[in-house]
Amino acid sequence: MVQVSVQDTVLTGIPEEPRLIGGKCPDCDNHVFPMQKDCPKCTGDQIEKVDLSTKGILWTWTIQGFPPKSPPYIGETDPENFEAYGVGYVELPGEVKVEARLTENDPTRLRVGMEMELTVVPLAVDEEGNEVVTFAFRPTENN
Amino acid sequence: MHDVAIVGIGMHEFGRHDGVSGMDQGVVAVRRALADAGAQWEDLEFAFGGSKDAGSPDTMVSRLGLTGLQFINVHNGCATGGSALISSYNAIRSGTFEIGIALGFDKHERGAFRVRTRGDNLEWYGESGMALTTQFFGMKINRYMHDYGITQNTLAKVSTKAFRNGALNPMAWRRKPFSEEEVLESTMLSYPLTQYMFCSPGEGGVALVLVRADKAKEYTDNPVYLKSCVVKSRRFGSFEVFSPHLANEFSEGPTVDASKAAFEMAGIGPEEIDIAQLQDTESGAEVMHMAENGFCEHGEQESMIQNGETEIDGKFPVNTDGGCLANGEPIGASGLRQVYENVLQLRGDAGERQVPGDPRTAYTHVYGAPGISGVTILSR
Ligand SMILES: [Zn+2]
Repeated sequence: MVQVSVQDTVLTGIPEEPRLIGGKCPDCDNHVFPMQKDCPKCTGDQIEKVDLSTKGILWTWTIQGFPPKSPPYIGETDPENFEAYGVGYVELPGEVKVEARLTENDPTRLRVGMEMELTVVPLAVDEEGNEVVTFAFRPTENN
Repeated sequence: MHDVAIVGIGMHEFGRHDGVSGMDQGVVAVRRALADAGAQWEDLEFAFGGSKDAGSPDTMVSRLGLTGLQFINVHNGCATGGSALISSYNAIRSGTFEIGIALGFDKHERGAFRVRTRGDNLEWYGESGMALTTQFFGMKINRYMHDYGITQNTLAKVSTKAFRNGALNPMAWRRKPFSEEEVLESTMLSYPLTQYMFCSPGEGGVALVLVRADKAKEYTDNPVYLKSCVVKSRRFGSFEVFSPHLANEFSEGPTVDASKAAFEMAGIGPEEIDIAQLQDTESGAEVMHMAENGFCEHGEQESMIQNGETEIDGKFPVNTDGGCLANGEPIGASGLRQVYENVLQLRGDAGERQVPGDPRTAYTHVYGAPGISGVTILSR
């Protein structure tokens, strides 16, 4: 199945090399995600697009234990088939903390401070038969 | 600047009321507040009304009387009720008006709030399963527990207190006490928070009649004075709900800012507050908000709650009416419910859940999307 990004202006490089597209303010070095022109830190409006780092540290996390409402969610919402999934903020050093899905959904295998790396998880199959994916972080082998 | 007094309070029962519109509940609250103040609708010079999902509040004039009063609708996320109140407060404080009403009502669909992200370039956020307020609360308390040693049992105790207090409150939605085991063993919605640690969107209405303080005795023998009323939005670096990213640098959230400003305005400190109603969207929020509002140091909540200090008969009663956990959260009315409860407590009219020791000062705090806090301080 061909993989496609849930939003290619946010998550690019599917399938070989997923990257998150953020922004960096040339005036104050503040980073944002997703990309926006306006800087909430210095009130400038010249933020430029950058690829964000693919590695970071887990800052906090939770486990989504019930199916979200659809819309907006496009993943599995049938309570019979729904599988809990992790969500967390991953701190990308020198950039931002990004909110992301986590590949792990077991609370005993997640902890603040873990090293994480970018990957993708499947959400749904679209009308053309492509697999729609969104970004996620997984614990690296260093943990 | 004029002082402002609350001379009438009215509430429609919180909960689920099939066949009763949100507007119906707002009208009932207004009529009850007017009766409590001994005032008439035609006496009112202004109204500020808030509702998120139950229609335009100003249309209620067709049911209460077409008197030509200034009626302004307020729509400000989870601080909608608080914003109606601060607008009313400032209208009187400035000397523009002598008497008016702040009101809020709501009626939401069942289950967690549905968030519409269509049309603001964040479709992918909702589609990916991240546009849920419950996740924010789970992530914020999880980090807080890691940093300050709060236990899950303490979260359960916050819930059992809420339902116990709710059982004593005839206006509350959930009036059945639960055990700590039942709370901990209910469905895990967003780790570490279980179903009975979360409030639900609900229904209800609240109205407050406010007057210039020098007129208060014309309406009541026991006026309650609004010593401060503050609403703050977030600053760069704070950790808020619905944030696809957070800055790596840290700043305090809007609750800390609103609290400091409110204490400064009232000219008193946290140690002089006798009762507090703090935003408890879930039990962890109550814990964190105790410290963010200046009532203890971060981490001290663990022993305070384990020792029962926040119970009705404790040293520092919190959420004496059962809070959002027992009352549910009709957004337009929720912040006003807290003020309603504090007025009852300061009048000594809170019945079975009356805080002993003749409380003189009381505090309210709301927090919600997209990173907004409202605080009031009341005194007799
Ligand atoms: Zn900047």
